[in-house]
Amino acid sequence: MSDLVRNIIRLAVFIFVQAFILNKVPNLHRFVVPYIYFLFILWLPFTTPRLTLLALGFITGLSLDYFKMTPGLHTAACLLIAYVRPFIITLLSPKEATEFTFREPSPRAMGWSSYMVYAFILTLLHHLYLTFLEWLDFGSLLDLLIKVGATTAISMLLIVTTEVLFPRKLKFRTNTAA
Amino acid sequence: MRNIFLFIRRYFVLLSFLVLQGIALWMLFTYNRFHQAVGMGVASEITGSVNAQVDKVDDYFHLRQENLRVHRVNDSLLNLVRTNFTPVDTTARQIADTLRITDMTRQVRRYLWRPAKVVYNSVNFERNYLQLNRGAKEGIAENMAVLNSDGSLVGLVVGTSNNFSQVMSLLHVQSRVPASLKNSNVFGTIEWNAKDPRLLLLKGISRDVKVKRGDSVLTSIYSYNYPPGFLIGRIAKIDEDKASGFYILQVRTAVNFNAVQQVFVVENLQRAEQLKLEEDTRKKMEQKK
Repeated sequence: MSDLVRNIIRLAVFIFVQAFILNKVPNLHRFVVPYIYFLFILWLPFTTPRLTLLALGFITGLSLDYFKMTPGLHTAACLLIAYVRPFIITLLSPKEATEFTFREPSPRAMGWSSYMVYAFILTLLHHLYLTFLEWLDFGSLLDLLIKVGATTAISMLLIVTTEVLFPRKLKFRTNTAA
Repeated sequence: MRNIFLFIRRYFVLLSFLVLQGIALWMLFTYNRFHQAVGMGVASEITGSVNAQVDKVDDYFHLRQENLRVHRVNDSLLNLVRTNFTPVDTTARQIADTLRITDMTRQVRRYLWRPAKVVYNSVNFERNYLQLNRGAKEGIAENMAVLNSDGSLVGLVVGTSNNFSQVMSLLHVQSRVPASLKNSNVFGTIEWNAKDPRLLLLKGISRDVKVKRGDSVLTSIYSYNYPPGFLIGRIAKIDEDKASGFYILQVRTAVNFNAVQQVFVVENLQRAEQLKLEEDTRKKMEQKK
């Protein structure tokens, strides 16, 4: 399966799960909504050009927004993590994109600890920005902080679960055309 | 000039990030319930068709509750059927008057009810919307009230596309519904503070009115959008606002928003006339000044 086809299917599955399962889970606490859909952006191949990353972030956020009827909200948050992603990757494993032996960021490709840091920073950024935008016209500062903390914790739990349950197959880069 | 091009080329990714971010924020901040969101019409056709498919499965989980609700409505309606009543006095006969042209008691239809089905629904956010499987083609328009299958209030239509319509649920921080207490007929406003999806707030009831827990809160007669006298909820907790002399009443919703399935969209057929009268009056009063 080519990268393109795989990622299209992935996007559809992530949006579906987010819009129809996670968004409808009865609240654990006030508005602690479990988020996982942005894992799509975290899983994009290392070699994705930065402009393509931005465009994909825009599309991902917008498609969820149209299901939730909040146009622009998740789009802004997704764009932010799509923009920051390359910096975090170079920070954590300073290699050229072509030097990675694996195609995509995963615990196997980066090692569990640096993958968790990578996922944690981007999750925190996503939730912080998302909650901040919501807070601009609604809510209090304490609510903001509690919400960011709680949603980040739940998202990290979901990400770890996903990584353990669905280990992606070993994808070595080879010299032959993929 | 060359430097400008070099600058743009060097920071092209950053610039495009900023531009896209600007578009997203612009979409976010220009959207409110009065203006149709950018591309929302087209998008809701697509999300609507997906939602309708998913909803077919989801229906099975709420069948029992829905059945009970419909059965209860049937029960109340059957009790109103004419054959249940017999005149006690044999000399009194009902005479059906067929010449009703000049009859002062002639009834005019004010509210038209249309059935619809909920295809998407959320309760977890600050702004909750529902999506219905009827749209402009079936005559649904903005500002029509949406009532549950047992006649309790769900929300207000805020946008339509050809085949689907979006409903602002009572669980929406911008929702304001005129309401009245059933026992004392005083009027207030129903709002939501985005804390608990089972509790609404009733504001504007002054402290000299007697209120008890369990009192019914109904839709007010002073509204162009909502039909009067339908249940919104029952008072669950009574707080007093020391500063203003008003109560802050917590109202338990009559609708279980987790399991809304079949609804009615209620159109006020005289709404346009009422609005026009109000507008005309306002113009006349302004001219007099």
